[in-house]
Amino acid sequence: MATTTVDQQLAFKKPLWQIRLQGSWKSIRMNWGLFAENKIGLIGLGIIVFYTVMATLHPILMKTVWDPKVYDPFIGNDMTIYNHPSAPSARHLLGTDPMGRDILSQLMYSTRNEFVLGFVAAIITVVIATSVGAISAYFGRWIDTVFMRLADLINILPFIALLVVLSSFMRMNMWMLALVIGILSGFGGTTIIFKAQALTIMVKPYIEAARVAGGNHWHIIFHHIVPNLMPLAFLNMMFAVTGAIFAEAALSFFGLLNIRVSWGIMIYTTQAAGYMLSSINYWYLIFPAGVSITLLCSAFYLVGRALDEVINPRLRQR
Amino acid sequence: MWKYLLNRFIQIAVTLFVFFALTYFILDAQPGDITLQYIDNPRFTEEQRLALQRRLGLDRPVTERFIRWFVNTLKGNLGDSYIERRPVMDIIRERAPRTVFLFLTATMIEFFVGYILGKLLAWGRGSAMEYSVTVVGAITYTIFTPWFALIMIWLFGFIFHWFPLGKFLDPNLWRKIPVEAGINANIIFNNLLLTATLVVIVMLVVVALSNKINPRRAIIIRWSGLLFTLTAVFVLWGSYKYGYLGWDIIWHMILPVITLTIINFSGTMLLTRTTMLETLREDYIVAARAKGLPERVVRDKHAARNALLPVFTNLMLTLPFIMAGGIITETIFSWPGMGLTLLQASNSGDIPMVMGAFMFIGGLSLLAHLVTDIAYAYLDPRIRYA
Repeated sequence: MATTTVDQQLAFKKPLWQIRLQGSWKSIRMNWGLFAENKIGLIGLGIIVFYTVMATLHPILMKTVWDPKVYDPFIGNDMTIYNHPSAPSARHLLGTDPMGRDILSQLMYSTRNEFVLGFVAAIITVVIATSVGAISAYFGRWIDTVFMRLADLINILPFIALLVVLSSFMRMNMWMLALVIGILSGFGGTTIIFKAQALTIMVKPYIEAARVAGGNHWHIIFHHIVPNLMPLAFLNMMFAVTGAIFAEAALSFFGLLNIRVSWGIMIYTTQAAGYMLSSINYWYLIFPAGVSITLLCSAFYLVGRALDEVINPRLRQR
Repeated sequence: MWKYLLNRFIQIAVTLFVFFALTYFILDAQPGDITLQYIDNPRFTEEQRLALQRRLGLDRPVTERFIRWFVNTLKGNLGDSYIERRPVMDIIRERAPRTVFLFLTATMIEFFVGYILGKLLAWGRGSAMEYSVTVVGAITYTIFTPWFALIMIWLFGFIFHWFPLGKFLDPNLWRKIPVEAGINANIIFNNLLLTATLVVIVMLVVVALSNKINPRRAIIIRWSGLLFTLTAVFVLWGSYKYGYLGWDIIWHMILPVITLTIINFSGTMLLTRTTMLETLREDYIVAARAKGLPERVVRDKHAARNALLPVFTNLMLTLPFIMAGGIITETIFSWPGMGLTLLQASNSGDIPMVMGAFMFIGGLSLLAHLVTDIAYAYLDPRIRYA
């Protein structure tokens, strides 16, 4: 066939998915440029990368260098040392806790848990808040009223106090805690932010165009409103991670959670064993976990702040 | 306005009812009750346990108990605490002022510091100072509160011996006071609260009166007003026979207040920065500069004051959360307020006490919402509640 149709002549050389990939790659690079302008975001990202490396290193170290009998974060015990807690040494880089377990191993093992907890809670929060925000902005009327009153109701509950009460009346494990945190903050204050944003999207011409083109409610909500809420969702995820990690640590610190090892539990163990105010000699019992909680929380918070300046055009420097 | 207020009150009432019902049923849904804590005691027979259960009304269905609790609450009777064996109302009346005093003081200082720092941050955007203060602020904002509070206690209480390790008064001072004096911690405490309120009111009046005059003279008037008020307070408390007891309470309060300020100031700071960055782009800033106003006046009067509204709203809305965060602070500093009471009550299954504490915190935050809405109407002339 010598002749080609107009369509074929005009057709792009590349398949559609490749063009889409290029487009998103381009926008990622542009946003990365905006993000990288802000040093505080890079600091936060650096800390997150550091802890990610720590979390991934732990299973590898356990398989290769560390003897599970000595270095297991939960049941390990170093018999060669008589007095526990022992100060940092070549064998135990951060010393051992009052029960003879390696602190560095505990710290690294918990890192993975903190990430999982933070992200699970954040994803639940954002999924609920995005859909509820979009739905109540789209339908308005009584649906809006019910969800907004619900948000008010959750908003007046003091978050930590409620979690303390809930976890003291029922033994919570990590997954349940993530679920509770996710639901509470998803239906709570975060929804209000998403609804406000969705309302500004609702008046955009493309929503009307979609409606004229015959898109049904769910199509408009999930193909036009929700994708435009994604930047905001990503931003709020960062803050949700901070909140979840902090809540877990605080509850563990009070000894209210049914978790094997976590940073909060490490501090709780130290306090329960009575080394809290002893002296600076036992710094390695409380500092690694305390500093880790603080650093990881603030890292996500800093990334969130930096993302805010990328997403919110009124805050941009140019 | 009145219609709006009435509407809001109805909403508050409905929300509170749902809140109480939810909390009560969640608390009750957990297995076991308070009588089970004696089950290990061999001298506590099963009949005795059932009798205790009957006496506390725990054998009735939960709906009936909730309705009874609610009706009694409306009459002002919150029931008795299972653990402390005295009316919940008494406990709240005794401990709520302590919580409110501590956290209100801390919040006011925190707000002041955060607002000024945030103003400077937005003004000096892009400088090295801004980055470092923001990073430090984010770290103190998200710092692990129990750990940080313990470090503070260890450093200032244990190493330097500057401040006491915890509690809110020194029992040794109280031992010397004869019983006939009829004085107790709450009298002293309420007097302190009264004094602080009066000082704040006087200062607000002074600031409001000196608002319209030349800023340089106003500063002199304000500072001398503050000095005068504080002198009056010191003279009054110094002449009071038990004035040193008040000082003792304040001395116990300093460390928690410093800790709370360090933890919370950057929330206000970062928010002030964000909102001020937005106001700095407004046309009236350009106009103010074009008029030839000094930079300081542009910053303080034109930019910062317009950025104040969202910051103030946020402050009011987070007030209940600061108090709830008090559950951590109060526990670490063993400050016997509502937070510590709530933790102890929920750890021991003391349902009436938990409900009472929740009523205090929930009611307070609803009140904060209401005050915010009304204050909004005064601060922003564009908002009017028809």
